[in-house]
Amino acid sequence: MPHRETRWKYCLEVSDLAAGYDASPAIRDVSFSIPPGHMVGVIGPNGAGKTTLFKAILGLIPLQAGRVLLHEAAADTQRPLMGYVPQVDDLDRGFPVSVRDVVMMGRYPRIGWVRRPRAEDARVVRQALEQVDLADQAHRQIGKLSGGQLQRVLLARVLAQDPHLLLLDEPVSGVDTTTQHAVFTVLESLRDAGKTVVVATHDLNCVIERFDQVLCLNRRLVAYGPPAEVFREEILEATYGSHLMVVKIGERRVVVADEHRHRRT
Amino acid sequence: MTDFVAEPLQFAFMQRALLGGILVGTICAVIGTYVVLRGLAFIGDALAHAAFPGVVIAYMLKANIYLGAAIFTLATAIGIGFIARRARTSYDTTIGILFAGAFALGILLMSTIQGYTADLFSFLFGNILGIATEDLAVVGVLAAIVVLVVAFCYKELLILSFDPIVAEAMGYPVQLLNYLLLSLMALTIVVSIQAVGVVLVVALLVTPSATARLLTERFIRMMALGVALSVLAIVVGLYLSFYLNVASGAAVVLVSTSLFFVTLGSRRLRRHPAPPL
Repeated sequence: MPHRETRWKYCLEVSDLAAGYDASPAIRDVSFSIPPGHMVGVIGPNGAGKTTLFKAILGLIPLQAGRVLLHEAAADTQRPLMGYVPQVDDLDRGFPVSVRDVVMMGRYPRIGWVRRPRAEDARVVRQALEQVDLADQAHRQIGKLSGGQLQRVLLARVLAQDPHLLLLDEPVSGVDTTTQHAVFTVLESLRDAGKTVVVATHDLNCVIERFDQVLCLNRRLVAYGPPAEVFREEILEATYGSHLMVVKIGERRVVVADEHRHRRT
Repeated sequence: MTDFVAEPLQFAFMQRALLGGILVGTICAVIGTYVVLRGLAFIGDALAHAAFPGVVIAYMLKANIYLGAAIFTLATAIGIGFIARRARTSYDTTIGILFAGAFALGILLMSTIQGYTADLFSFLFGNILGIATEDLAVVGVLAAIVVLVVAFCYKELLILSFDPIVAEAMGYPVQLLNYLLLSLMALTIVVSIQAVGVVLVVALLVTPSATARLLTERFIRMMALGVALSVLAIVVGLYLSFYLNVASGAAVVLVSTSLFFVTLGSRRLRRHPAPPL
């Protein structure tokens, strides 16, 4: 895949990470490295620690062991270089802000304290809104949008922030296929421009088709590697604790749940 | 009509009350915007009640009552966080324990003062008509501080209120900003006690801003409309108090409450217009 030369071998390096709020860590023994210009899918069942992993990388929760490096320096000292897209359900939709206001928030770290947005910031925001096809919605209050549109607003915000590493928590869960396609088109163009993109998702088939690397998480790292290597039944079983089958249809691989055993769990 | 408006203004105490009221109304609505959007009404009410023992002690020591109120309000704000962590109680339980305890202390101390305590009653229920020139100076300075801090930290307080997790992920010192907002709220409450009293301060913090929220979908307009509605309530309340000889704090709050219900009602009418005849 084409991507820009960068100075660093890895964008993100996580080693022996354990993190959580109390004595027993929510995730542990997590080690992996992501070179720049890669798109990584993080998969695992609910409660596997996907959000915890993101928050640990961002330094929002205490690390109990290990370290997280961004461009070979401690990640939590370089937060503006990381862009986080939280789950859309966590947002207060009644908050009186417009689509444009929310996307402008992505510029705040660059604008700096006290100062007001300038013409350049307005231009970047407009461009980000065009990229996610929401330019005509710029002045609507966010509560008036569909779930898919709101998801694209959050994507536009992180585009306006222009970070080196993007962490997206379930950006395509419960959204329409148009939004799903739009989100991945944008993420792939970011990847091709040398950004590192990490996406937590439940859609395994999407991961097989679109991602460079897959990280299987179930409170610890189960596997990390290209989809072709990771999508094996024993790894998926260790990740999900239930039986999933990988079916080859021509050149494509498709993951299907074994309904009989799935129902029992 | 002109006389109706102009006549009370011949009195110096009405001029002071109007000026003080406009200052108090402005900062209450500015901070109230955050109080409403972040659901901080209960903690605001608690901080106001917790100011009361500070007022009583300052009165007994013949010290500045704003200083006494500020010390107790800020100590309570910090104490809530501390005790919630230590005792592992939820925040609203901790707030309930602290504010009732502090308020009871104020009442207890007040009951030990021999003789006439009308002055202290005015801090319970507000008496903006009694505001002195030197109080006005204190109110003016504190109001200017609140407005300037909000103006300088507008972006930061906005993202903190809308999306605190992403604000922290971007590198903003979210804990510090939370304490800043809490301190601004405490300062606003202290300034407002003379006008509406500790029992009714929460009404000025939430009602004009909640009314403004019904009228607009934009943050900055909500703040501006909140200020307008708050100042309107204070001016109308003051005139009612002057002409009808009723308690000024209660009059202001009731005008504000009426504005809320009128707005709510007219919005419902607009949304569900009567069928054409």
